[in-house]
Amino acid sequence: MTDSRPAFDAIVVGAGPAGSAAALALARAGRSVALLERGPFPGSKNVYGGVIYGRILDGILPRWWEEVPVQRWVVRRGTMILTDTQALTVDFRAQKWGEAPYNGMTAYRADFDRWLADKAVQAGARLVTSTVATGLLRDAAGRINGVTTDRPDGDLRAQVVIACDGVNSLLARQAGILPQADPTHHVLGVKEVLRLPREVIDERFGLRGDEGLDIEILGGTGGIAGGGFLHTNVDTVTLGVVLSLPELATARRRPESIIADLKAHPAIATYLRGATVEEYSAHLIPEGGYDAMPRLHHDGFLLAGDAAGMTLAAGIWLEGVNFAIGAGLAAGQATARAIVAGDTSARGLASYREDLERTFVLADHKRLRLAPGLVLSHRLQRLYPSLINDFMEAVFTVDNPAPKPGLARLLLAVAKRNGVRFHELIADALRAVRVYR
Amino acid sequence: MSRHPQVPLDELMGTVDFRVGERAHIVVDTAACRECSVQSCVTACPAGLFIPTADGGILFNYEQCFECGTCYMVCNTAGTITWTYPDGGYGVVFHRG
Repeated sequence: MTDSRPAFDAIVVGAGPAGSAAALALARAGRSVALLERGPFPGSKNVYGGVIYGRILDGILPRWWEEVPVQRWVVRRGTMILTDTQALTVDFRAQKWGEAPYNGMTAYRADFDRWLADKAVQAGARLVTSTVATGLLRDAAGRINGVTTDRPDGDLRAQVVIACDGVNSLLARQAGILPQADPTHHVLGVKEVLRLPREVIDERFGLRGDEGLDIEILGGTGGIAGGGFLHTNVDTVTLGVVLSLPELATARRRPESIIADLKAHPAIATYLRGATVEEYSAHLIPEGGYDAMPRLHHDGFLLAGDAAGMTLAAGIWLEGVNFAIGAGLAAGQATARAIVAGDTSARGLASYREDLERTFVLADHKRLRLAPGLVLSHRLQRLYPSLINDFMEAVFTVDNPAPKPGLARLLLAVAKRNGVRFHELIADALRAVRVYR
Repeated sequence: MSRHPQVPLDELMGTVDFRVGERAHIVVDTAACRECSVQSCVTACPAGLFIPTADGGILFNYEQCFECGTCYMVCNTAGTITWTYPDGGYGVVFHRG
């Protein structure tokens, strides 16, 4: 291509939630935008662990719930703490979450991402599938002004490139913005989507109609730092684990064997009896949190979604899709403003960062910046699941005629048995207060 | 925990839709693998694509790859794994991700 005039105001790389939201915001602001997707359709390369929360969609489409490709609306939210032979489950139910405007939903990414990309296309974005952005183009001054693709004559120029190309963001790596590989800030997610008849799911999980359940699991990952998740779709159940990459590498365990053991756990197996595997999948998740995030705005170049490490692994809250949509919208709006103002330099695009700091995307990451360290810490991962379950077991075991022990003494005895000292218990409690305050 | 009879990996992989391209998007320098004492890729790759060979090397086939990035992240020696995406439209296609 000899003509170096921009064909588009902006190019968005990756039609996942961040990219489609960015393209939608740009198109709605009247800018021309190309949305590149390397898969045959949006969502075809994407895997996640759970739940999409709806509030971020309110700003995109009123009454979005009437058309979103939902599987089930989450009305039961559980946390399960496992040892090999014990399970403590905290089970919360809110019927309100099963009615408009809803809270969280389960959905297949192939459906959801395609739906969101369609919104961008309807607003005027140009979606180009089966196309890999292979590199960045720069002008004589070294400023990014387009991408190369794997199509013949595939160079595309634009005033701004927004990289929403996912956790491995080859564009950001090439631009020198992300390190080449940093396993300590990534976890591997692996999951199985398991087929069961709809009425069996309803019965086993206590659900009716389009009600759904989502359980987060601590323990049950074969001694590898991480966690698990279980949630219901219409006629499938998803069971998966997330595994610290460095620990997976040294543990010499196969990921699918860790899922197999979790499936066989007595607290899980009863839910899944008779289920057959419909799809097995795996994906990396960035889990470094706020402190591991790269710089988000550069001359003519923005990062959003997994490419920018925007997933929250904070134990109580595990979210990625919402952050991606929020960041994508902000990136699209900031780009549109910068183009109107005639300054697409890093300075001209700085309102992106400011916008994210003001809203949940960076505010949540910043407030919970210490959470990934706590959630993946040695005691929380290795010692507390057993400590908590042993405590519950001791509380509920009736040892007549021996008199019942005091709970404080019991806790200390159980802690000692599990290798946790009193001052460590106090320190971790204070740390948790500090992280989540 | 007693190991549960599990679904074999090849059966799990049989549930996944792959549109295999002609170009190998990942290239492994197997000479470097013979020098590697840990070979973490063998157990970590969720698709099980890194097979140890009798001579201490690694046999790799790109065709049933999830494109997740685990292999290059856990690889012990920088530069051993050349990692790119498959050409547009090829590779894994998730329907239930």
